[in-house]
Amino acid sequence: MSAFWLSEEQEAIREGVQKVMDGFGDEYWRKTDETGTFPEEFVAEMAAGGWLGVAMPESVGGAGLGLTEASIVMQTVAQSGAAFTGASAIHLNIFGPMPIVKFGTQAQKDAFLPRIIAGEDKMCFAVTEPNSGLDTSSLETRAERTNDGYRINGRKIWTTSAQRANKVLIIARTTPKAEAKKPTEGLSLFYADFDRSAIEAKPIPKMGRKAVECNTLFIDDLHVPADALIGEEGQGFKYLLQGLNPERVLFAVEAIGIGRIAIAKAAQYAKERVVFGRPIGQNQGIQHPLAKAWAELEAANLMAFKAAALYDAGRECGAEANAAKYLGAEAGFRACEASVLAHGGMGYAREYDVERYFREAMIARIAPVSREMILNFVAERVLGLPKSY
Amino acid sequence: MKVLVPVKRVIDYNVKVRVKPDQTGVDLANVKMSMNPFDEIATEEAVRLKEKGVATEVVVVSIGPQQAQETIRTALAMGADRGILIVTDQDAEPLAVAKLLKAVIAEESPNLVVMGKQAIDGDNNAVGQMLAALLDWPQATFASKLEVTADKATVTREIDGGLQTLDVSLPAVITADLRLNEPRYASLPNIMKAKKKEIAMKTAADYGVDVSPKLKVLKVTEPPKRSAGIKVADAAELVGKLKSEGVL
Ligand SMILES: Cc1cc2nc3c(=O)[nH]c(=O)nc-3n(C[C@H](O)[C@H](O)[C@H](O)COP(=O)(O)OP(=O)(O)OC[C@H]3O[C@@H](n4cnc5c(N)ncnc54)[C@H](O)[C@@H]3O)c2cc1C
Repeated sequence: MSAFWLSEEQEAIREGVQKVMDGFGDEYWRKTDETGTFPEEFVAEMAAGGWLGVAMPESVGGAGLGLTEASIVMQTVAQSGAAFTGASAIHLNIFGPMPIVKFGTQAQKDAFLPRIIAGEDKMCFAVTEPNSGLDTSSLETRAERTNDGYRINGRKIWTTSAQRANKVLIIARTTPKAEAKKPTEGLSLFYADFDRSAIEAKPIPKMGRKAVECNTLFIDDLHVPADALIGEEGQGFKYLLQGLNPERVLFAVEAIGIGRIAIAKAAQYAKERVVFGRPIGQNQGIQHPLAKAWAELEAANLMAFKAAALYDAGRECGAEANAAKYLGAEAGFRACEASVLAHGGMGYAREYDVERYFREAMIARIAPVSREMILNFVAERVLGLPKSY
Repeated sequence: MKVLVPVKRVIDYNVKVRVKPDQTGVDLANVKMSMNPFDEIATEEAVRLKEKGVATEVVVVSIGPQQAQETIRTALAMGADRGILIVTDQDAEPLAVAKLLKAVIAEESPNLVVMGKQAIDGDNNAVGQMLAALLDWPQATFASKLEVTADKATVTREIDGGLQTLDVSLPAVITADLRLNEPRYASLPNIMKAKKKEIAMKTAADYGVDVSPKLKVLKVTEPPKRSAGIKVADAAELVGKLKSEGVL
């Protein structure tokens, strides 16, 4: 068993990030959620502190640390009250470029990564499509060879931060599904300029996290040079899979961070709010849901950091990463629900922030993969049941 | 110019301190420890001197338990160059600390010592003054502004009723007050760099200094609990209360 608590260096990382977060209080996040203004100041500070490069290799200006440390960074962000507005604003910089790190050429790494770490390039990640959903191998966006590269056409949906991005990591079919050896082959991954003359991005009005928008992309003859292709043509799905486990772990710890601040705020409120001549927190009816939420959050957190430790040690972590994402998202959401309820009417008021956490906590239950697909995975891969989809 | 910054590991300023049931001291078990905030300010000032090109090397020294290495690493991550840890298991008294620092200074020959005006654990406010006396160096305490040239430091001090500006010739001891600067937080690249910086491990015996306690703590007690205030309805009632309490 590896350690159950943070090392001193990891603690220093947590404190470093916490100091950044101290400059962005509840007021700031409440405001971004009201106005929908992207939290640029926060992202600029995270970039200036070098935090965006936590998991990027040292050779390109990153810190060369692992998923464990990246998880500490992201959990600290979410747990500060920034919730998914803060976490999602930088989430993609942290592990999104992993396919480039692992499968890009040296020239691609040198050209792309330092700019992402510095926050100069802002990327978005275009996988999900309106007509294929979770069935990624059925995606319809096509990339056709031209003399000097590829021409991409298709539609994507839910692409986070596409309004702000100047780069897009996009997966498209280079060989039609019917002609590919396997359905998961014939897909290719490109890292290209977000060319607004060829891509129209339309924001999707949504439940929460207003400041970090999601979009429908209409891609019409997007020309990308040959060196935008990451790794080999046709292997994009495989590259994508490599990044999925870390992303699940990050979603888990982010959701857990949100749950933690939600119950901390509820406990504080329950100590202060006096009804029937006693603080409401003196009632077990208020205490127990919060205590239960704590227990669930911390159990989920152990699973998440176990998955991170396995990943960092180069071991198989698919089951743990999936389970962590499931447990973390559920525990985070339930903690937010318990917090809203403990606040009574005030839980529904924006002023107390917990309704914002509650709305944002829903994200982790849906994206980047649904609960059902996680359970499908565990049933099939861990329990050996027949594949159901 | 070499600058020496002594730093102490203390209970984090956010922690609510609890007295041990037997009243021999405060409970340190499972309590978050951090660098003394005034020492952070001193470190920041030294690092700024280096960034301005006035200082060439910033050396941090701590006297404390093994874990004080962490505190030194924090200073290294802020930009100090190397550290010295003198390991002691007991909380050394101000005079012992001053003697140890004097011995370190004899080896290191810094041109300037910048240190916190006091540590927030014992609040003694003594080491800087004692050190200056032992070294027979000029001292400028409670600095709220510091300018350093090759052979002198101009220090603005916070004193009762205003500010005082002093020139002290170097070498000198300066102690930092709260308003001297706002310490930076370490960036990730600097945390990584700090891991590779050197910390020399020493003991008090290496410097021939006796750190056995000369003071005896009789009893430690919690400060009296503040009783809850009262609410007044309006200004008239407030004035009435202030009068009846003899404040006005
Ligand atoms: C806030 C937010 C941000 C996002 N950001 C991005 C982004 O940046 N880039 C990107 O590419 N995508 C992004 N997404 C998309 C997200 O990854 C998808 O919404 C998610 O993968 C689910 O896909 P879908 O919406 O197409 O659901 P569908 O595939 O339509 O599924 C709908 C429901 O049916 C269930 N279901 C489907 N098939 C089965 C089955 N065989 N067994 C059991 N249940 C099944 C699913 O579990 C789900 O509950 C984002 C989504 C949100 C909400």
